[in-house]
Amino acid sequence: MSLLSVEDLTVEIGGRRVVDGVSFDVAERGRLGVIGESGSGKTMTALAIVGLAPDAATVSGRVRLDGSDLLGRDDRGYAVLRGSRIAVVFQDPRTALNPVMRVGRQISEPLRLHRGLRRRDAAAAAVDLCDRVELPDPERIARAYPHQLSGGQRQRVGIAMALACRPELLIADEPTTALDVTVQAEVMALLSQLVVEDGTALLFISHDLALVSGVVDDVLVMRDGGIVERGPVAAVTADPGHTYTRQLLDAARRTSLPAEEEVG
Amino acid sequence: MRHVWRSWPGRLGIVLVGVLLASAVVSLVWTPYDAKRVDPTQRWRPISWSHPFGTDGAGKDLLSQVLAGARTTLAVALLTVLLAAVIGLTLGILSAISPRLVGESIAHLIDVLIALPTLILALVFVAALGGSVWTVSLAIGVGSGVVLARVVRAEVSRVLTQDYILTAASSGSSTWRTVWRHIVPNIAPTVIVQLSLIAALAVLAEAALSYLGLTPVSTPSWGRMLGTLQETITVHPGALVFPGLAVVAATLGFNLLGDGVREAVDPRLRGRAATASPVFSSVVDQIEDPAVVPVTGGAGE
Amino acid sequence: MTLYVVRRLGLLLLAIVVTSIVVFLLLRLLPGDLAKVIGGTQATPEQIEAIRKELGLDEPLVRQYLDWVGGILHGDFGVSALNGETVTSQLGEKLTVTAPLVIVSTVLSIIVAVPLGIIAGARHRRADGVSLSAVSQLGIAVPTFWAGQILIVVFAVSWGLLPSGGFPREGWDDPGRAAQSLILPAVTLAVSQGAVLLRFVRSATLDVLHQDYIRTARAKGLTRTQALYRHGLRNASLPIISILGVQIASLIAGVVVIERVFNLPGVGQMLVRDIGARDLEKVQGTVLLLAIVVLVIGFLVDVLHRVVDPRLRVAA
Repeated sequence: MSLLSVEDLTVEIGGRRVVDGVSFDVAERGRLGVIGESGSGKTMTALAIVGLAPDAATVSGRVRLDGSDLLGRDDRGYAVLRGSRIAVVFQDPRTALNPVMRVGRQISEPLRLHRGLRRRDAAAAAVDLCDRVELPDPERIARAYPHQLSGGQRQRVGIAMALACRPELLIADEPTTALDVTVQAEVMALLSQLVVEDGTALLFISHDLALVSGVVDDVLVMRDGGIVERGPVAAVTADPGHTYTRQLLDAARRTSLPAEEEVG
Repeated sequence: MRHVWRSWPGRLGIVLVGVLLASAVVSLVWTPYDAKRVDPTQRWRPISWSHPFGTDGAGKDLLSQVLAGARTTLAVALLTVLLAAVIGLTLGILSAISPRLVGESIAHLIDVLIALPTLILALVFVAALGGSVWTVSLAIGVGSGVVLARVVRAEVSRVLTQDYILTAASSGSSTWRTVWRHIVPNIAPTVIVQLSLIAALAVLAEAALSYLGLTPVSTPSWGRMLGTLQETITVHPGALVFPGLAVVAATLGFNLLGDGVREAVDPRLRGRAATASPVFSSVVDQIEDPAVVPVTGGAGE
Repeated sequence: MTLYVVRRLGLLLLAIVVTSIVVFLLLRLLPGDLAKVIGGTQATPEQIEAIRKELGLDEPLVRQYLDWVGGILHGDFGVSALNGETVTSQLGEKLTVTAPLVIVSTVLSIIVAVPLGIIAGARHRRADGVSLSAVSQLGIAVPTFWAGQILIVVFAVSWGLLPSGGFPREGWDDPGRAAQSLILPAVTLAVSQGAVLLRFVRSATLDVLHQDYIRTARAKGLTRTQALYRHGLRNASLPIISILGVQIASLIAGVVVIERVFNLPGVGQMLVRDIGARDLEKVQGTVLLLAIVVLVIGFLVDVLHRVVDPRLRVAA
């Protein structure tokens, strides 16, 4: 049985079907990439899975984690899972962290919440996590505020927060898109390594097919809310079946500097 | 405007302001009785068909007085908004686009002027220059114009950081053209919202000033009615209801209008992605050349 | 940080100076010759001239201004030309009425409006949030003095529970009656200020709720409510602190009106009377004092902001 099973997932906002009948599975320790342009519904799919779709959205279909249903849950039912069994790394490091709270405290939060750690122990664990995500001088960083860190550092913090409780599934929503190109590669490598070490399943969302090819085993290509192609990443990259996939590949190859300027 | 109609607050706001407008206009040509007509035989009449709002201690019909008062309220609101807009836009834009030292000095001046509570300012103005519609509007207009200037300065500064302004500037547009075609349409929504709030404030301030007895008796005014009626509050409390409700309705109307405009223009609140809002373009259409203003999601933050 | 405080203090002083100039000039706008008022209708032109000389009204404006400022620096805010008492002594007396009124109503409005505003923002799609918002909309549209009148009608006229106005002549020597006469005014003012505060708190809460870090917090396993309280409130408190600073100006306006409604011998009533009587010295001093209070509170709010927001603290 697969770890995550998504069946006919549909998300409607304001009359529009942003995600239209999407189905896929992620195996335990599996790594799946979801590729598409902005507006393809890839991010919304991920958000819907963890119950973080906007309030105005209507979500239907079936999502199961290790056999148990997710979609019917209320906020509290989801909160138990989030951070402990499924975690998310978001795209924009500038806004994803609470600007008035120290970084170490934000990292230790899931540990205190789900693992019942006391403040002191959680704080020590947070420093260890900073070290694990290869942040220099982890003790100083843990005491710092987000605005004192660079974009790449903040994203590492995001990864540390997500992996704090060793979740079964990690959803990464374009984690490197907002970073500088040089930093991108480092963060990608870090993510890849940690996921393998912990045996975490990975759902990696991106617009760049070439970027994910080193990190995932299989890939889905989404467009206008639906899946247009799927398969092992090597096969799809080498010989895309659908013209759209081909276009995506070409576009990615042409602009070899896809990331926006890193800010912060 | 039709988009404002769509939202609940906007709808109610338009209705209320419309009623105010209608009352004011109608009262210019007709009121059930002459609002100033004293009739000792009709003192303190309760609500009836011949006196829908009753009468006051001098036998004057309350409905007519309320209708006449609408004129004053509307006049003050409009004059205040006009003055505030002129002061606010001029100071705010100047402060934002001037070279650093000048701009910042103006900003500090604005902050200092804001510290003087508007009502106190108004009290002094009114005492100095008499309490006509003009002076009241002048006082409140200056007070709120300065606050508007601060908002305008912040908005213009924000707009100035958008890339396309730099493009326009470097392409050789003269300053005035840049201001008119690029800056104004982008700050317009925020300014419109602020102006409707200022109108609401003007209604309340005029009521307060005339309540305090600072406006001439000859000018019909809801506030003044309430001031006079207070003397008999223990004996005839009921009469206070209608003029008070009138003030509430007018203020509420302008406030809701502002809310309606804000909701109509801010794409975020309507549950859609922050791409080009057709509403925003319609606002721009009404102002100037639509082809020039590019798509920006920063319409109403 | 200390550098910032010093700089800001400097700006504060500058602002006070500019304000004093503005106030001074503004009052010179008042027509009505003070000397004539004092002299009375029977006074001869020579007598009026003598009074004018005595009051220093014939000196050039700049001289008059400097004299005034000089006095202030010695703690002398001027002497009422009409009744000879100093501004400071009269203010002191009136403040025993106005100060408790202001303090109680402010505390009351904060206690009620802040929690309700947060609820209104957090539950803005549910029935209770929407109705709270509607009620506050109504609240800000109601003129303060009318609200006062309504309360008088209900509590004083109909039910006879509380006095309809006035303040005991013995002042606080009769604490029971003094407190009683301040209840309705304080509540009225609190409701007025509270409605505005509620809306601000609500919109600050709404702004915060839309932020990404709230989503991150929820992704870590916090429920909506937990995310709001543990992450949102800290951030929302920043604009709320600003608002409280801004409210002081409208509070002053409210006090002036309320004191008229309830016939309270406070600073507001004194001010209105003095303006009408053209008592220049007094009005100058009082208005300047009020403006200084507003500016100082603005200064304190700025500093508080700096202390609370780590982003501002670290930057020079």
